[in-house]
Amino acid sequence: MDNAVPSVFVKDLVRKFGDFVAVDHISFEAQPGEIFGFLGPNGAGKSTTIRILCGLLRPTSGEAMVAGLDVARQSEAVRQKIGYMSQKFSLYNDLKVIENIKFFAGMYSVPEPIIPERADWVLEMAGLKGRESALTGTLATGWKQRLALGCALLHRPPILFLDEPTSGVDPVSRRQFWELIHRMAADGVTVFVTTHYMDEAEYCARLVLIYRGKVVASGSPSELKSGAVKGELLLVECEPLGKALEVLQTGPSVLDAAIFGNAIHVVVTKAAEAVPDLTKYLAEHQIAVSKIEPISPTLEDVFVALTTRQAESVEEKKVR
Amino acid sequence: MSDTGYAIEVNALTMEFSGVVAVDHLSFDVKPGEIFGLVGPDGAGKTTTMRMLAGVLTPSSGTAAIAGFDVVRDPQRVKHHISYMSQRFGLYEDLTVNENIRFYAGIFGLSKTDRERRALTLLDAAGMSPFGKRLAGKLSGGMKQKLGLICALIHTPQVIILDEPTNGVDPVSRRDFWRILYSLLGENVAILISTSYLDEAERCHRVALLHQGRLLYSDTPAELKKKISGDVVLVISPEPRRLRDLLKDSEGVSNLVLVGDGLRLIVDDAKRRVPELRGRIESENLPVDRIEEVTPTVEDLFVQAVEKASVRAASG
Repeated sequence: MDNAVPSVFVKDLVRKFGDFVAVDHISFEAQPGEIFGFLGPNGAGKSTTIRILCGLLRPTSGEAMVAGLDVARQSEAVRQKIGYMSQKFSLYNDLKVIENIKFFAGMYSVPEPIIPERADWVLEMAGLKGRESALTGTLATGWKQRLALGCALLHRPPILFLDEPTSGVDPVSRRQFWELIHRMAADGVTVFVTTHYMDEAEYCARLVLIYRGKVVASGSPSELKSGAVKGELLLVECEPLGKALEVLQTGPSVLDAAIFGNAIHVVVTKAAEAVPDLTKYLAEHQIAVSKIEPISPTLEDVFVALTTRQAESVEEKKVR
Repeated sequence: MSDTGYAIEVNALTMEFSGVVAVDHLSFDVKPGEIFGLVGPDGAGKTTTMRMLAGVLTPSSGTAAIAGFDVVRDPQRVKHHISYMSQRFGLYEDLTVNENIRFYAGIFGLSKTDRERRALTLLDAAGMSPFGKRLAGKLSGGMKQKLGLICALIHTPQVIILDEPTNGVDPVSRRDFWRILYSLLGENVAILISTSYLDEAERCHRVALLHQGRLLYSDTPAELKKKISGDVVLVISPEPRRLRDLLKDSEGVSNLVLVGDGLRLIVDDAKRRVPELRGRIESENLPVDRIEEVTPTVEDLFVQAVEKASVRAASG
């Protein structure tokens, strides 16, 4: 593919279901070899967008191109250019490893003469050499997952869609899986990840966050962490926690407060000024503070801050 | 409550299914007013443990008591003291939110005034007050989970057991969920919750980290993180793959992981190694935006523990 052509190109994409606007003028691009994360809460329009990109649903208006093909007019051709894998793996547990590979090769119309070579490649990549005849259902999750990935790549698609691929998988297998994904990306495969699982988002080079059908933020994980949260984050360890949370919600320059185990995360306008102010304020309310310090926000803090801010601005517009 | 004051006591609890050990000599205890997390990936034994505690599965060996009542000898008494929300909690999709709540309140024998007062509080904490008349089947995934929780909590048990209630729930709804749980602690209940999201361990007072039926660690999240040997360093760079090739055999460096915009690694001593790493990177003229020591995560600890265990298994 020509490097100048983005692997996924979306411009002013709209999809309505009756009066409901599921996707509302979104635009973004993913480049060849990029690991691109598409995030959003349940019902934000993620799956609708993916279904459009996979050629399963027609857009109401706007443009969507995958591998240089128009998904609305060339949906059959688009499906030959993409691989799809979800957390559910879609493998047949009562088939042998090799039977699953052959089944998916047939589904993706891989030409008969090259199936053995591709099957070999999948077995090698998944670390399943010598276990061709094992029943798929008996494999440990990590192996099953790599087999599912191999099956999604049998027709050598330039674009791979992953839907929460490592949810619930143990961290060691998960790291091995992402290692493979990085290798695919190094070979030029574009990896398009949808998730609301923040540790998966950390593996993506660039993230787009959508909410209520609109793009609300984009950038690398570190850009989002440093730029997206309004204000700064403090960790406060104190006793009693319940009362402290109540008191903090109306504290000086406090934007938000939430309990995390034995501590409270407080969003403030300026950490340097808030530390002495809040220490004094909490003491006045008979709350014993054992620790108060600035911390860096996690992607989850960013996600929550951006979506709730958007929700508030929508409510404000309604009031007006 | 038991003599020891624990709401839940688990001792060498073991479950075997035809030769496969799903739960292997697990011990932990939970105090009233505490949120205790069973944290681990799929297949760690979380659900099996909870089903034994709820009295629906008989352990192969070991003991467990809820509010002082033995789960094997006294399952009926145990059931009076717990609320158990399984992964497939039965909501009636063709009933409204309010009707579902009324149904469960009926099962638990609540009076109308108690029910209404409690439903009001829970719906409000969940941010679901406007949806009382909506059919449960028409709710989003996150809202359904929250309604399940409300139904399970409509009576006031001493012990609440929640099996992966936040699975598939987005971070915004997840925060609502936790807010409801924290609001119950004032009533001195004990909450046992399981999750496969390792980052959710941070929200519990104490956790048991599980892997393949075995306990890796049990402690507060803050103490858990101190158990990591070494310091975690993040290198932000547009060329993470080249960086990894350069640094992978460096002295004192292990566990290199490519992340979205850089490389995450563990060093034996950040003060000493960070300047060394910076020197190596600069001598190769590789682009780097930032090198910084970051707070370890529970996942870092988990990976380290599993690797140590497999090294032991291989050498022993």
